[in-house]
Amino acid sequence: MIDSSLKELSAALVGKEISSVELTTLFLDRIEKLNPTLNAFITIDREKALSLARAADAKLGEAETASPLTGIPLAHKDIFCAQGWRTTCGSKMLANFVSPYDAHVVERMAAAGMVLIGKTNMDEFAMGSSNETSFFGPVKNPWDLARVPGGSSGGSAAAIAARLVPAATGTDTGGSIRQPAALCGLTGLKPTYGVVSRFGMIAFASSLDQGGPMAKSAEDCALLLNAMAGFDARDSTSLDRAAEDYTLELDKPLDGLKIGLPKEFFGTGMAAGVRAAVEDALAEYRRLGATTVEVSLPNSNLSVPVYYVIAPAEASSNLARFDGVRYGHRAAEYRDLIEMYEKTRAEGFGSEVKRRILIGTYVLSHGYYDAYYLKAQQVRRLIAEDFRAAFASCDVIIGPTTPTPAFRFGEKSADPVQMYLSDIYTIAVNLAGLPAMSIPCGFDAGLPVGLQIIAPWFAEAKMLNVAHRYQQATDWHRRMPGGIK
Amino acid sequence: MSLSPADVSRIAHLARIEISASESAQIREQLNAILAFVEQLQAVDTTGIVPMAHAVDVVQRLREDRVTESDRRDDFMAIAPESEAGLYLVPKVIE
Repeated sequence: MIDSSLKELSAALVGKEISSVELTTLFLDRIEKLNPTLNAFITIDREKALSLARAADAKLGEAETASPLTGIPLAHKDIFCAQGWRTTCGSKMLANFVSPYDAHVVERMAAAGMVLIGKTNMDEFAMGSSNETSFFGPVKNPWDLARVPGGSSGGSAAAIAARLVPAATGTDTGGSIRQPAALCGLTGLKPTYGVVSRFGMIAFASSLDQGGPMAKSAEDCALLLNAMAGFDARDSTSLDRAAEDYTLELDKPLDGLKIGLPKEFFGTGMAAGVRAAVEDALAEYRRLGATTVEVSLPNSNLSVPVYYVIAPAEASSNLARFDGVRYGHRAAEYRDLIEMYEKTRAEGFGSEVKRRILIGTYVLSHGYYDAYYLKAQQVRRLIAEDFRAAFASCDVIIGPTTPTPAFRFGEKSADPVQMYLSDIYTIAVNLAGLPAMSIPCGFDAGLPVGLQIIAPWFAEAKMLNVAHRYQQATDWHRRMPGGIK
Repeated sequence: MSLSPADVSRIAHLARIEISASESAQIREQLNAILAFVEQLQAVDTTGIVPMAHAVDVVQRLREDRVTESDRRDDFMAIAPESEAGLYLVPKVIE
């Protein structure tokens, strides 16, 4: 049962092969057994989860109130506020914060009847590519406990890979759904900016942050995205579009599909094992009827420096709210208000968060705004225009998700710039606001490799179709870490 | 552009983050490495390029001028580090 797809779980629940309470208990027991090793969860609440499961069982008894996700356990990344649940964002600053309201995503998953089982560990305020910056300790990669699961949604990724939960939410500001999905052998989808509401998702960089689903397969992600996506008047950047069924195009043949291969993604810097797995995947796509064409994203090499101006700038503004006055940590000793702020923030934030706030404060400060922030926003437009031009000659763009498989703990943590470069293939997508996903496409020395599929704006259904057809022809997404039983 | 110790201290004050003397040198080194990394943007010709603040063009929506939220003051006050009689308590600002 732990290896089943969401569709299979739904069929089992509807067919009364198992109740939601039994299914939830199965996963809770697994979490209890394996979480001390993996540290994938920050908060687990057995009583709350079982109470939600009982409500789901009642819904399942009345066919008209059930959805295809009713009764299925789900974990939320601890960046999503959930009423009555501790919501820490991986930070000491919010270690004692119990949310008084639900994020839009949390409301929607609850409305679909999903059973919230716990909150997953993450890099502090979603700042990181390795899950080493959480106040609650690092998450271990189930494929190799000496290696990182990726960040910042690494807790969600590790939890699904180890089958502690069948699906989870993540957020992606520079690759934080796709990169951990790649390093843990999962399917993770970052929607077009604005398709999923950011209301109640603790903000890091507002013009880049986007919530999305993480699961074992594209089909599972399509079902989850159906529940997550939708207009929300409380988020001024939420897009008012007609509801879409992302499962409708899944089975369409890929005959005639034109895949764009950006020459900049296939240069140096990619590990040989990653290159081999990606090339095998492209051969599989050709067998499925697709053709490939070389495209160019000439400014993509600038995406990481652009990101490390824009994201810290927005973070420095968003994180100003954590001042010890209305919620969260407050320093115990101070002489005046300014010292209370300064000590509170020095104690509450970890070093990566402080570093980004300081960079953001600097690039927005008087005399430097034009040289850094404005310049980065101009280059951002060039990057987005590169994608627009590339999509004139292809339907989707495919390449590696990450340059290497999962790296060892501590390998990059002393050098922030090296760490930032682990998101080199993912960041441009966030700057342009495009949808993209990572699917497993092979292994490099026993570690999963991710294939990134990037689609034009709002072409999530096409992108899921491209991913699903590949997953029907291959079984990489069904592999499970051997050491985790 | 390289930050001096005084720059780091000024930025930290603007950001309302206390930095100890022992942390300052390492933070300065890391900030300078990041700034050197982003410096490559200066070589790009962006003449006439309109800055892109958001990935998707959005317009500010307006709604009807009516109350839509319920009063949840007590819930929001309950999670404050210190509060009294419906007010947040902070150190004295004006003597």
